Amino acid sequence: MLPELGQVLLVLALLVALLQAVLPIAGAQRGNAAWMAVARPASFAQLALVAGAFALLTYAFVSQDFSVRYVATNSNSLLPLVYRYTAVWGSHEGSLLLWTLVLACWNGAVALFSRRLPEPVMARVLGVMGIVAFGFLAFLIFTSNPFERLIPAAAEGRDLNPLLQDPGMIIHPPMQYVGWAGFSVPFAFAIAALLDGRIDARWLRWTRPWTNIAWAFLSVGIALGSWWAYYELGWGGWWFWDPVENAAFMPWLVGAALIHSQAVTEKRGSFAGWTLLLAIAAFSLSLMGTFLVRSGVLTSVHAFASDPARGLFILVFLGLVIGGSLLLYALRAGRLEAGAGFQPASRETLLLLNNLLLASACAMILLGTLYPLLADALDLGKISVGPPYFGLLFFVLMAPLVALVPFGPLARWQRDQASRVVAMLLPWLLVALAAGVVAFFMAPQGAWKSAFGVAGAAWVILGTARFVWSRLGNGGRMTPEMWGMVLAHVGIGVFLAGALLVEAQNVQREVALRPGESLQVGRHEFVFQGVDQLRGPNYLADRGHVLVRRGGRELTLLHPEKRAYASGGQVMTEAGIRPGLFGDVYVALGESLGDGAWAVRVHIKPFVRWIWGGAFLMALGGVVTATDRRFRRIPQEKSP
Amino acid sequence: MNPVRRRRLLFVAVLVLASGVVTTLVALALQRNVAYLYTPAEVLRGEAGDHARFRLGGMVEKGSFERAPGSMDARFKVTDGDAQLPVVYTGILPDLFREGQAVVATGRMQDGVFVAENVLAKHDETYMPKEVADKMGVAHQKHDVQVPAAEATP
Repeated sequence: MLPELGQVLLVLALLVALLQAVLPIAGAQRGNAAWMAVARPASFAQLALVAGAFALLTYAFVSQDFSVRYVATNSNSLLPLVYRYTAVWGSHEGSLLLWTLVLACWNGAVALFSRRLPEPVMARVLGVMGIVAFGFLAFLIFTSNPFERLIPAAAEGRDLNPLLQDPGMIIHPPMQYVGWAGFSVPFAFAIAALLDGRIDARWLRWTRPWTNIAWAFLSVGIALGSWWAYYELGWGGWWFWDPVENAAFMPWLVGAALIHSQAVTEKRGSFAGWTLLLAIAAFSLSLMGTFLVRSGVLTSVHAFASDPARGLFILVFLGLVIGGSLLLYALRAGRLEAGAGFQPASRETLLLLNNLLLASACAMILLGTLYPLLADALDLGKISVGPPYFGLLFFVLMAPLVALVPFGPLARWQRDQASRVVAMLLPWLLVALAAGVVAFFMAPQGAWKSAFGVAGAAWVILGTARFVWSRLGNGGRMTPEMWGMVLAHVGIGVFLAGALLVEAQNVQREVALRPGESLQVGRHEFVFQGVDQLRGPNYLADRGHVLVRRGGRELTLLHPEKRAYASGGQVMTEAGIRPGLFGDVYVALGESLGDGAWAVRVHIKPFVRWIWGGAFLMALGGVVTATDRRFRRIPQEKSP
Repeated sequence: MNPVRRRRLLFVAVLVLASGVVTTLVALALQRNVAYLYTPAEVLRGEAGDHARFRLGGMVEKGSFERAPGSMDARFKVTDGDAQLPVVYTGILPDLFREGQAVVATGRMQDGVFVAENVLAKHDETYMPKEVADKMGVAHQKHDVQVPAAEATP
C-alpha cells in the first residue's frame, strides 16, 4: 500500500510543479498578483510531496519490501542497515528521485529566502524552477518509476552493487546532486531576467551566494568521487578523464567562470549577457552530466547497465531546456545594457581572461567527451579519446590561468597600471621560481612536473597572501567575500601542488609475492605476511597482511582485501592505505597466482591528499563568500 | 581608419588567429590520442593495420586463460565469435575479468599476439560496453548467416 501512496505523492508533485510553472510566470507577464502569489506555496507543497515520496522509498528499503522492483534489484536481506538507506540512490530510479528531492529543496529554499525580491522577479524565478521540476518528475513517473511493483514479490533481493557499499558512496551522490541541481537557481534567474528583458544588479547580487554554494557542493562532490575512485577501484588513480568524471567537471568549470563573471556584472554592470549565458550553460551541462552518468551512451569506467528506452525522453528534455533557453537568449540578449567600459589593464580584463580560459577548458573537455559519440554517428569507427588529450590541453589552458590568479585581486577595476601590480608581485614571483628550481633538483623523478607544481603552488599562495597583506596593511577591512576568494585561491595552489607532485613522483609496482617475501620500493619495504579469510556481513574476503617499513622502522600493517559478495559472486578490491599529509602508502591485492603467491600492487603516492584538501578549500571559499551580508541587503526598488 | 575601427580590426584578427591556433592544437591532440576499437576478426582482416595502438574488444574465450604459477604474465584469447586473437598481459587483471565476459584491452600487435598495456572489464556484471555490444552484434549477425552454410556442409 505504501509504495502506491509514494506514487500518488509523485503524481501530485507533478501537478503542483505544473501549476508552479505556468501561473506565476503568466502572472508576472500580465501583472496579476494573485497568480504570482501561487509560486511560494506551490514550492513548499512540492518539497513536502517529493520528500514524502522519498521517505516512503527509504522505508521500503529499510523494511526490505522486495515486492517493489527497485528494492528487489538493489537490496538484499544481508545488506547492512546503513547501506539500506544509501541503496535508495544506488541505481537509476532512486538517484533520479534524489535529484528531484534536491531540486525541490533548492526550490523551497529560494521560496523561503526570496522575500526581499520584487514579486515579479520571485514569481519568474520560481516558475522556471517549476518547469525544471516538472521535467524531472515527468521523467521519473513515465520512464523510471521507483515504486513499480514486482509481482510476484521476490523472496530475496539482488543486492546493491558492491562498489557502492562504501562510506564514500553514502555522501558523494547527494553532494554531487546538490551541486548540479543548485545551478538551477542562477539558471532560473537568468531565464527570469531574459523574460523580463533587463538585468538588475540588485537581483544579481541576490543570486551570487546561490551560485557559490552550488559550486561549493559540486567541488565537494567531485572531490569525494575522486577519493572514492582512488581507494575503491584499487587502481590508485584519482582522475581518469572518464566521460562520467568529465560530466561532473564541465559544470564545475563553467560554474567557476560564472562566479567570477557574476561578480563583474554585479559590481560593474559589464559582461551581463555573458553572465546569463554562463548561467544557462552551467545548468545545461549539469543536466547533460546527470543523464550521461545514467544513460550509458558513453563507454566509461563508471558506466552501469541502462535502459536505452529512456534516451528519447532525455534527448527531448535536454533539447527543450537548452534549445529553449538559448532561443530566448538570442531573442532578448540584445536588449541588455552594456555596462561600464574598461581599459586593457584592469581587473575586468583579467576576469575576462579567466572566463575565456575556463570556458575553453570546458569546451575542450566537451569535445573530447562527445567526440566518440560523434565519430560513431558519422560511422568513423568506435573510438575512445585517451587521457593524454585531456591532460595536455588542460595543462596548456590552465597554466596561463594559474599565472594570472594573483594579479586579479590586486588589480583595480576599470583601469590600472600594469607596472604597479607587477611591482607588488615581483618579489613573490622570484620566491616561487626559486622554490620551483629547488623542487627541480630535489625531485627523485619527474623533475619538470615537480618544479611546475611547487612553483605554481607557491606563486598562487604567496600572491594571494600578498593581497591580504596589502589589504590589511592599508587599514582596509577583509570582507567575507574576500576571505572566500582567498581561501579558494589558496585551494588552487594546494590542489596544484598535490596533483602535479603525485603525477611526477608516484611510484607503482605490480609483483607476485609469496608469504614472507618482501619488496623494496625506495625507502619503503613491503613484507607480505600472507592471506587469511575474513567473513563480512554479506561477503567473504581474502585479507592480506602487508607490513610496511620505512627506513628500517616499522610504519604500519596494511590489510588489503579481496571481497567476494554472496549475492552475485562479484569480486571487489579494498585497498589498504596508510594516509599521510606528505604521501600515502597504498597496497591492493590482485588475484591468487597459485603456489601460495599473490599478485600485489603497491603505490607510493606523495602529496595525494593535497588534491582533495585543495578541493575542500575551494569549496570552503565558496561557502564563506556566500555568508557575506552584503548579498542579503537588497535595496528596495525605487518606484518609477 | 579611425582608432575605434583599427582596434576592432586588431581584436578580430587576434581572435581569428587564436581560434585557428587552438583548433589546430586540439585537432592534433585528438588525432594522437584517439584509440580505435577493433574486434579480433577485424584485426585479422588487417583493418587495424594503420593504427599502431588500438583497443581490442570482445569476450574472453572460455578455457583460454592461463598463467604460469607464481608469475604475473597472463595469456588469454579474445573472441568475437568469428575469430580469436591471443593476448598477453603482465600485471593485475581487473576484478571483473573472467572467462566468457566482455573485455576491452588497449595495446598493440607484436608477431601476431596482442600485447596489452591495460585491460578493462566493467563495473557491473550484467553490463557489456555498448560499443563492444554493437561490434559483437555485427559479428554475430555475420556468424548467424554462416551457421546454415555450416550446417549444409556437415
